[in-house]
Amino acid sequence: MSRALPLPRWADVALMPLVNLAIALVAAGLVVALIGQSPREVMVMLIQGAFGSARGLSYTLYYATSFIFTGLAVSVAFHGGLFNIGAEGQATLGGLGTGLVALWLSQRLPAPVLLPLMLLGGALFGMVWAAVPAYLQAYRGSHVVITTIMFNFLASALLGYLLVNTLRAPGGMSVESVPFGPAAHLPGMHEMLAGLGIEWPSSPLNISLFLALLAAAGVYLLLWHSRAGYRMRAVGASEGAAAYAGIHPKRQVILAMGLSGALAGMVGMNEIAGVNGKLLLDFVGGAGFTGIAVAVMGRNHPVGIVLASLLFGALFQGGAEVSMEVQGFSRDMVVMLQGFIVLFSGAMAYVISPWVARAIHAATRRAAPAAKIAEPAGGTHG
Amino acid sequence: MSAPATPAVSSAAAPALAVRMVDINKRFGNVQANADVTLSVRAGTVHGLVGENGAGKSTLMSVLYGFYAADSGHIEVAGEPVRIRHAQDAIALGLGMVHQHFMLVETLTVIANVMLGAEPHVLLKRADALVRERLLALMGSTGLRVDLDAIVGDLSVGDRQRLEILKTLYRGAKILILDEPTAVLTPQETEALFKVLARLREQGTTIILITHKLKEVMRLCDHVTVMRAGRVVHESAIANASVQGLAEAMVGRQVNIGRPSEGAVRPGEIALQAEGLTLRDAMQVTRLHEVSLSLRAGEIVGVAGVSGNGQSELLEVLSGLRAPQAGRMMLAGESFEPNCWLEPRTARRLRMAHVPEDRHARAMVMSFAAWESAVLGYEGLPEYSRRGWMRHGRMRAATEALMQRFDVRPRAPKLGSAKFSGGNQQKLVLAREIGQSPHVLLVGQPTRGVDIGAIEFIHGQLRALRDAGCAVLVVSSELDEILALADRVLVMNQGRITGELPIADCSEARLGLLMVETEDAPA
Amino acid sequence: MDEALIGAMIASTLRVATPLILGALAGLLAERSGVIDIGLEGKMLFAGFAAAAGGAVFGSVAIALLLGMAAAVALSLLHGYACVSHRGDQVVSGMAIDLIAAGLTVVLGIAWFHQGGQTPPVSDAVRLHPLWPGAAAALSGVPVIGAVLGDGLLSHNIMVYAALALVAAVWWLLYRTRFGLRLRAVGENPHMVDAAGVSVLKLRYAALTLNGMLCGLAGSYLVLAQSSSFAPNMTAGRGFMALAAMIFGNWRPVPALWACLLFGFLDAAAIRLQGVVVPGIGEVPVQAVQALPYLLTVILLAGFVGRSVAPVALGQPYVKER
Repeated sequence: MSRALPLPRWADVALMPLVNLAIALVAAGLVVALIGQSPREVMVMLIQGAFGSARGLSYTLYYATSFIFTGLAVSVAFHGGLFNIGAEGQATLGGLGTGLVALWLSQRLPAPVLLPLMLLGGALFGMVWAAVPAYLQAYRGSHVVITTIMFNFLASALLGYLLVNTLRAPGGMSVESVPFGPAAHLPGMHEMLAGLGIEWPSSPLNISLFLALLAAAGVYLLLWHSRAGYRMRAVGASEGAAAYAGIHPKRQVILAMGLSGALAGMVGMNEIAGVNGKLLLDFVGGAGFTGIAVAVMGRNHPVGIVLASLLFGALFQGGAEVSMEVQGFSRDMVVMLQGFIVLFSGAMAYVISPWVARAIHAATRRAAPAAKIAEPAGGTHG
Repeated sequence: MSAPATPAVSSAAAPALAVRMVDINKRFGNVQANADVTLSVRAGTVHGLVGENGAGKSTLMSVLYGFYAADSGHIEVAGEPVRIRHAQDAIALGLGMVHQHFMLVETLTVIANVMLGAEPHVLLKRADALVRERLLALMGSTGLRVDLDAIVGDLSVGDRQRLEILKTLYRGAKILILDEPTAVLTPQETEALFKVLARLREQGTTIILITHKLKEVMRLCDHVTVMRAGRVVHESAIANASVQGLAEAMVGRQVNIGRPSEGAVRPGEIALQAEGLTLRDAMQVTRLHEVSLSLRAGEIVGVAGVSGNGQSELLEVLSGLRAPQAGRMMLAGESFEPNCWLEPRTARRLRMAHVPEDRHARAMVMSFAAWESAVLGYEGLPEYSRRGWMRHGRMRAATEALMQRFDVRPRAPKLGSAKFSGGNQQKLVLAREIGQSPHVLLVGQPTRGVDIGAIEFIHGQLRALRDAGCAVLVVSSELDEILALADRVLVMNQGRITGELPIADCSEARLGLLMVETEDAPA
Repeated sequence: MDEALIGAMIASTLRVATPLILGALAGLLAERSGVIDIGLEGKMLFAGFAAAAGGAVFGSVAIALLLGMAAAVALSLLHGYACVSHRGDQVVSGMAIDLIAAGLTVVLGIAWFHQGGQTPPVSDAVRLHPLWPGAAAALSGVPVIGAVLGDGLLSHNIMVYAALALVAAVWWLLYRTRFGLRLRAVGENPHMVDAAGVSVLKLRYAALTLNGMLCGLAGSYLVLAQSSSFAPNMTAGRGFMALAAMIFGNWRPVPALWACLLFGFLDAAAIRLQGVVVPGIGEVPVQAVQALPYLLTVILLAGFVGRSVAPVALGQPYVKER
């Protein structure tokens, strides 16, 4: 088997996501063409829909907010060495937690006290929903991928049960809870901007966007500037080295997943506290899975995740606009594109990156034929 | 080097050569693993291939079995020149190899493991019947006994090895290569194996035995070839060989190479004391057998021996990575028992540092930057972190200082750990551990994969540490290194300490004998 | 108890379990060879769409089935290319397949049929019908076992019986043939298989192809026997339930069959248990019964009920080492 050429770091971090995105777009474009539409037109409409108007931009950012939370969640777990497919279920539980606190206390506490409590409730519920599979993996050897998939289903069953039986607003036809009191409402962005004298169209976008950005900053600080983050990453990168350093892998696994679940749980602040103001079914709407795509595209770094979330937010919003304009186009196109992105960034990474590496090496060799070839790292044959 | 002895000639013609490897050369990077190696194995004999680790015997057999292609030279099997490109070619020629690490599927039965890949029929029931018949015949004629319907996962190590041999015989092997077969066997299982090998030889099977155990060689083999540093250094019939002669040939080097003249070493107090350490692994094979040792401040103790005789396990137990089943350890006034054994964090607190053998899987995190690896294990120290936050500035500065002191190149703390060469990685790890001014330092294979210039430097650092009063334990499979560094030498074989000698009393003869577990010959 | 009820429950159980059985067998073959497959859902969905589209357009049940199987096999081979030929992450690849299938089926559905993602209903000739249509009625008069036999066991279409037969076939393949022996070995110790001269790659691709065919049957069944057209996301988690059943059955065909039947029974019971009061617990929530398969799988995986023994080399890409 020929030795793979190493990919320079800049290419790995910045170039590959773009290459993968490009290939995914080409694949999606082929499908678009196959069904008789013009990929270019669709693309233009999509960008217009996502960024071309204040309203469109708001929706883009609103979608991106949830994706930032779930993308961070998935990436934190990755750094800890685990694949968290359960962000969907953890986000569901997070919304439930947020909603329960709101239902219980929204008439009794003022917003400045209530909102942080709601956030705490959401994070806590999400944390527990992730910590249980983590515990089962660390101490009982149950494969975390399977358990988290199961927990996704359990989460929607639990939410469904509670909404239908206990929390349902009396007299209503829809499966929802009573609306929360006004104190439980996260101000929308248009409200906030109006307070500053700026006119902005109304949209679901709310200040949880700032929470998401704060969370991204927090994750960055935690992972790369704190001792706990260092230990988490050590376990994820090399269990042997972590054991040598006296770090307990099992504990770290649960911590990483717990944090991951807490981040996913914050989706509740966006969807339940920010947008809906009551508990309802399926408010996560697939954001947990998009979070995986976001984490993979964003190379598990908060900056990349924010950018990738923006991208996917744009795709969802733009896709919605296109589906209204173009006959035969629907949001499912975006789901499909998401799948392509996950496929090429995630699964086919080893297929594509050798080609890119070879191309880069050929290009640099042509540019600098006398360049020194670096000595390969690693010892001689033992 | 004694000339190849002429075999006892009967009235029949001279015995044919089962295998002849001529002028084999094989290089890996800068290492010449085999240099002009010629090996002649007579048909129907047991031929011992002896040498220390790195002598080249495993490489030679891998070439024979088709895992590697030799750079030059040729091979003849049964007198015919052959090209062996894969294991399949080797199998077709009647070669069979029993590796040190068994290739078995634990959830399947013995008979399934034997026939996999060579099933005589598409339907398993028919195949089973056919294979069973042949195997029963084979087992009868060779004396190999295995329960054909047992699940491999339930078998003992000895049984698994018999299964591996059965596999090769089932495929028609007439030339059997056994790689360190008795490394994992109990004495009784070893006896059983010898009986089987004797029977096989009676039936005309040729056997090549890779081993470093001279006792076995003297017992079983008809001829022996000794390799050292990639070359053949001795070849003779067993009748003309002696354990002493073989041990010397295996080990033979001048004592005190590169040893700087120095004053008498005066070791101080006991810094670490271990008694009766016994460790069994997951397969219930005893890896450490009642090992006791003491380390004093201001001395370097070298642990010599062929790799795989418990040295790695000793380091793991002493550093707290593994708890033994029995024994005690005293470190810095604290005592440790198996149910409450030392842990790495406690070890560091007690000023014990550890440079692991496995740089890639233990000593560093390859995906971390150099400065992150440079604090591995010490990230909790107040100078490196405060209230949960890491002090990046301090860590990077400390790494720079370490790199400066130990001449690690390139002097770039932000560079990924994997991008440094092996020697520089090792220097960084040593810098990290020595930089903590430990009272006890455990080092495994300090200069494995390190270039010559760095070796000198590292040795100098270890000596300086000793002179400053640290107790140093060096495990190395390079006898040169032990002889250059140690004040006192412990020799390990089969999980036991077979001998303890002050450096002045170390001669290649004595060390060689101790390493191969024979009675102490008179000095 | 009312024997008509028993008969109806058995019938319902078998009908619901059929796609699960096929899916579980598919997953089993892939995972026994060492390849994680969480793309069952996506493959079933894509197959269902292909069968529905093919059946509607060509009017032939044979073509519908063939197209369904081809669609699923294509996705399986894609999975193989990413993960077996190259070292792609098997979980990520499976997830990608689920997403792509979910999106692509609706995109193509809208583009080709303009019905919001649904396909036009297939004609009666294309649908699968009970093999013995008169059996239920004829046997309803027989006391005690009439309903059980008639309605419960004999009223099904060919695919239900095929699924049961396939359990036996897969069992036979796995435990009584050379191929099956090698398949089982490659999921436990691929190095050993490679050293024995058998191609790991070919074995895994063969397993994935069979996996695709079975997923194709599962997806086609949903369209040809249950509804009659494709609707977006119609698999509704069945692929994951099949995965759960496979794990619950410890990667063995016959226990997986029991798991599928159990899950099918739970589904049949869920509807009927609505409103029923169980002493001590009160009214049984339908969600609890729906969640039961997943909960049971977690409990099994946690090792509280028996031991879950996955193939040892599951999920590890095979890289030849020297």
